[in-house]
Amino acid sequence: MTTTTHTETNYMGVFWWLLVLTIAEIAVIYMPIVRLAVVILLVSMAISKAALVALYFMHLKFERWTLGLIALSPFVLCVFLILMLMPDIFPR
Amino acid sequence: MSEAVAIHVGVEPQESPLTPENWGKLGMWLFLAADAMTFGCLIVGYGILRHASSNWPVPSSILGINLTAFMTFLLIVSSIWMVLSLSAIQQGDKPRFRKFLGLVILGGLVFLGCQAYEWHHLITEVLPHHNLAFGKDLFATTFFVLTGFHGMHVTGGVIYNSCVLAAVSRGRYQAKHVEIAGLYWHFVDLVWILIFTFVYLV
Repeated sequence: MTTTTHTETNYMGVFWWLLVLTIAEIAVIYMPIVRLAVVILLVSMAISKAALVALYFMHLKFERWTLGLIALSPFVLCVFLILMLMPDIFPR
Repeated sequence: MSEAVAIHVGVEPQESPLTPENWGKLGMWLFLAADAMTFGCLIVGYGILRHASSNWPVPSSILGINLTAFMTFLLIVSSIWMVLSLSAIQQGDKPRFRKFLGLVILGGLVFLGCQAYEWHHLITEVLPHHNLAFGKDLFATTFFVLTGFHGMHVTGGVIYNSCVLAAVSRGRYQAKHVEIAGLYWHFVDLVWILIFTFVYLV
């Protein structure tokens, strides 16, 4: 019986990053900037946080790259779904 | 016949090609990929409906974010507790493992309590005030479907972690089982991070 151990990972460092990004997200919605910039900032920070959880807490960074492909497959489906619905999102 | 059985009894199954440690981990990753597709479709559907709607309310003005910010913090902290519980069981420290996995379960229960309070507050006070309701308009319907589906996952995670805690205490489960349960719990945290941003903040 073996499990994956990654003693080199600074989990508390990842935790603090997640906390800082969450606080920054809440701060962004009160900033007097254009809405598009708010949306871009929020989505960027959410994707960064999700990536931190997947890479470090779920150990994806230390797994085989083929396992990463399995993990990424839902995002490919989401992009495909958005592309297929483009005519409805932006009708002529 | 009995010889054939005897030969097969001691044969280890071929190791998993992607997760040599154990097959269960690969199985969990495949399940999570399928589950992520479901969540992905729900979130994309939410975004498209919102984009197409001309009178979508500003979510933060109706939903409020103080409680959900706390719920987000709670899930992030519970992920750290999950990591620490795995570290403890890998070192054979069962009391420390029980403490941290117990905290993960408690964190999940508090999260569900907060969600129940939020739903009750919305259904009885906030949404009627704005003339909104589940099944009546897209804002409330998509909100309850997305957060409800996630809440079901948290409920499943609490039950799953409780079973793992009991099985490790009885000596039936080892560290590899905790690692697989941890994958599920971190996934629940990851999805909430996205829901918090897309549903409450954007």
